[in-house]
Amino acid sequence: MSGAVAQTGVPVQSHVQGRRSSLTRSRIRAAWLFIAPSLIILALIAGWPLARTIWFSFTDADLNSLSDYEFIGFENYLANYDGEWLGLLTDPDWWHSVWNTVWFTLVSVSIETVLGIIVALILNAAFPGRGIMRAIILIPWAIPTVVSARMWNWMLHDQFGVINDMLLRLGLIAAPITWTANPDTALWTVVMVDVWKTTPFMALLILAALQMLPSDIYEAAKVDGVHPVRVFFRVTLPLIKPALLVAIIFRALDALRVFDLIYVLTSNAKDTASMSVYARQQLVDFQEVGLGSAASTLIFLIIALLTVMTLAAGRVRLGEDPR
Amino acid sequence: MPRLIASLSLAAGLIASTGAWAVDISISCSALGKEYEICKQGVDSWAQRTGNTVKIVSTPNSATERLALYQQLLAAGAADIDVFQIDVVWTGILADHLTDLTAKAQGTIDDHLPAMVETSRVNGKLMAMPWFADAGLLYYRQDLLDKYKRPVPQTWADLTETARLIQEGERKEGRGDFWGYVWQGRAYEGLTTNALEWIASFGGGAIVDDKGEITIENPKAAEALKTAAGWVGTITPEGVLNYTEEESRGVFQAGNAAFMRNWPYAWALAQGADSTIKGKVGIAPLPKGDADGRHAGTLGGQLLAVSKYSKNTEAATDLVMTLTGPQEEKRRAVEGSFNPTIVSLYSDSDIARANPFIGDLVDVFTNAVARPATVTGQNYNKVSTEFFNAVHQVLSKRAEPAQALNRLDRDLKRIKRNGWQ
Amino acid sequence: MKALTRIGFWLLVIAIGLFAIFPFYYAIISSFRSGAELFSVAYLPERLSLSNYVAVFDRQPFGRNILNSIMVAGSVVAVSLGLGITAAYAFGRIAFRGRALLLMTILAVSMFPQVAVLSGMFELIRSFGLYNTLPGLILANLMLTLPFTIWVLTTFMRELPKEIEEAAFVDGATPWIVVRRVFLPLMAPAAVTTGLLAFIVSWNEFLFALTFTLTNERRTVPPAIALMTGSTAYELPWGTIMAASVIVTLPIIALVLVFQRKIVAGLTAGAVKG
Repeated sequence: MSGAVAQTGVPVQSHVQGRRSSLTRSRIRAAWLFIAPSLIILALIAGWPLARTIWFSFTDADLNSLSDYEFIGFENYLANYDGEWLGLLTDPDWWHSVWNTVWFTLVSVSIETVLGIIVALILNAAFPGRGIMRAIILIPWAIPTVVSARMWNWMLHDQFGVINDMLLRLGLIAAPITWTANPDTALWTVVMVDVWKTTPFMALLILAALQMLPSDIYEAAKVDGVHPVRVFFRVTLPLIKPALLVAIIFRALDALRVFDLIYVLTSNAKDTASMSVYARQQLVDFQEVGLGSAASTLIFLIIALLTVMTLAAGRVRLGEDPR
Repeated sequence: MPRLIASLSLAAGLIASTGAWAVDISISCSALGKEYEICKQGVDSWAQRTGNTVKIVSTPNSATERLALYQQLLAAGAADIDVFQIDVVWTGILADHLTDLTAKAQGTIDDHLPAMVETSRVNGKLMAMPWFADAGLLYYRQDLLDKYKRPVPQTWADLTETARLIQEGERKEGRGDFWGYVWQGRAYEGLTTNALEWIASFGGGAIVDDKGEITIENPKAAEALKTAAGWVGTITPEGVLNYTEEESRGVFQAGNAAFMRNWPYAWALAQGADSTIKGKVGIAPLPKGDADGRHAGTLGGQLLAVSKYSKNTEAATDLVMTLTGPQEEKRRAVEGSFNPTIVSLYSDSDIARANPFIGDLVDVFTNAVARPATVTGQNYNKVSTEFFNAVHQVLSKRAEPAQALNRLDRDLKRIKRNGWQ
Repeated sequence: MKALTRIGFWLLVIAIGLFAIFPFYYAIISSFRSGAELFSVAYLPERLSLSNYVAVFDRQPFGRNILNSIMVAGSVVAVSLGLGITAAYAFGRIAFRGRALLLMTILAVSMFPQVAVLSGMFELIRSFGLYNTLPGLILANLMLTLPFTIWVLTTFMRELPKEIEEAAFVDGATPWIVVRRVFLPLMAPAAVTTGLLAFIVSWNEFLFALTFTLTNERRTVPPAIALMTGSTAYELPWGTIMAASVIVTLPIIALVLVFQRKIVAGLTAGAVKG
């Protein structure tokens, strides 16, 4: 049907060829009408703040005197003072935060994708208590991050935290683990909490994709006696791929901008800072609007680059015609 | 409901008064809870007396978020808040947006603790009024000191020794999760206050001196950091590297630590009805570095400042002066245990009755070490961040003290490049 | 073999369920405890003390905060879905020049860290006179939900077979009628899912809500919780915060239970056959 047999759409097209041009024109007009409100709203609420941030990245503005600044070109990014190279691009802390963020995104989004598919497949199966299970799965996503990050902080406390207590009782560890205090385990801990929190997002989107698949394919496969695992990789996965990719992209966009989890769980130690933590520190804590805007602009560029790469790797053609 | 009645009665008062000069003032003082109640009572009595209305704006509990919100409002020149409650280290950061109170406070400012007044000044001008004081204290378990026949430690070496003794003894009795000493080691402003106490107590200065010279790279500071790093994993749980005030209080109040460094707030909670250590706790000044060192608690506390963008500067200033006056500071000390900034109140008998250890505190506050916020001005947060990150590296054993201080010195010099302001 | 698969399946369900729900369960237990008890571990509630729940509503207009959150999140979802479905129809079903570029531009909105747009958004909201109002928050939150809604719905829209609308157009229907009569019903699972996710994004949004509101009466739930303090500035009223979290999570659970049928209902094989 859709997807697998979609290419059979061609003969239908030739049928309506005659009325095509006038119909196409009116449809394109309708398209712009349909898109216009969204574009206007986004231009209104996002256009100005984004343009302003990029502009400030070329100035020496600071939070105390926002109207009194000078244009300084690329000095926030890279500048030479008396033979010493300064600026964002030479700051090891910045590059460290870039690395932390990319690592965090790769690890957490991979885990979430796999886990999300598994959870979605489970929720897609018919079993008693499925409705309750759907609600349970969504709970982590539903608790405000402000709270859940702190809640985990409490549960992960090395002395009176429940996680250590549980692992000790089960005999899995011999001594309490200092989850968030030790830089070596801190980022892994953040990944674990992030997986807990955002897998539901993935699972729900994948579930929606599964639900939109026509069931006759499965019936055909069942009749043919194909092994379920084979059906999944050969039929299901290719069919849900577009939805899966969009879910991954939005999850990755979120992960690349990760802020509150790292901020609450690990404090702003340099070892675990993410790009957003770095940018916020410059913008808010240090009042360096210029430098912070430059960091934000670089975050934007890095994310844009990674997104384009992902889209290319996933062979998503944005201009693709409906199937 | 009480709130509704209060606002109704306020509205009635407004109508009753001539109304021509009555104005609306917004004040941000603390968020909610008891602190809010106490603030509200003080504010309301001023409102009733003057016929003005006052609205209390709740701001976030977390200091970083509160500062960010203030900066956002002030950078936009918003007049939504007239009176700000600010931390002692924010005066320099926010000074450009605050009203100069020097003239108004001429007669009264000398009554306040000199150290607190110093934190309220920027370039000689008084930009805020001291409201209440805080300083780091040593909490100890009296029952355990008695049990092991040890005095209250006077130097860090004493403390290390005593803590180790108690910890070993308690662990032998089967309390495997007992620790000697807990404090705040997370990489945040709290670590700056802790580490400054160690360094100052060894005579290692306060990062930057009064003239703005960077003094942090010195052998005494290195020795202080070495001492502290030695605690982690021995008498202090490794997890302290991510503790804030509440996490350390959690360990101490559950009866699992012999000593704790914390602010005065922990006293009332440790002595609360549901506390496992009620009646077994004592407080003392933090230990000296060595025999020639000094007791040093980092000065904390809050100030009140008037926004430059306020439409009612007169009334707002009057409110600030009333709230920081002796009558109101006394009421707050009696009802809410807020430590006054007016020196004479420390010998007040009503306060002493409500708060028995207040007499000991006056020494702590007088000798308190101030963070270099005034001299570094708008750069204070950068200095503090570099400092606590360097200390955190030492504590987590990823840098030697001397090496970390050398790097810190270089980084601070780079921040200072064009002078502090 | 079959029994073994079945046992394995249930073990997996239980394991995932436990992982998802344990922290929430722990929050419920903690919400019944207070004072020094919170510094120890418990797996079962010792008693059902509701004092923390009373405290949540005691000193602040928490009911009002919940109502604000519902209004903001509800409006954000309604606007996002309304705009999203029409835009998705255009992007997913109609070939026109510049489509790819527009989609990328919309996605780019989601690439700036929130803190970077905060200051500009603050000026914008103030200049519109929407500071400390719910519409201001709704507008700001659209920036978080609209790109996501448009993209997800476009993807699903594109997946539907082409024949569906051809027939309708031959019958002379306008694009608007096609969207309403043909696509809206077919898109139900995707729309409900996206709407639910957008609702939660808006429900949990903290930074905008904190910065663009000033008074307690206008605040939504996350800043209200963040503003809770104990008797002094340093004390974290853990029990009260947990009670508040439990309270605000319940509406979401109810919402899921109501809408989960819709998520499942979805397409039957017959409906898609062109």
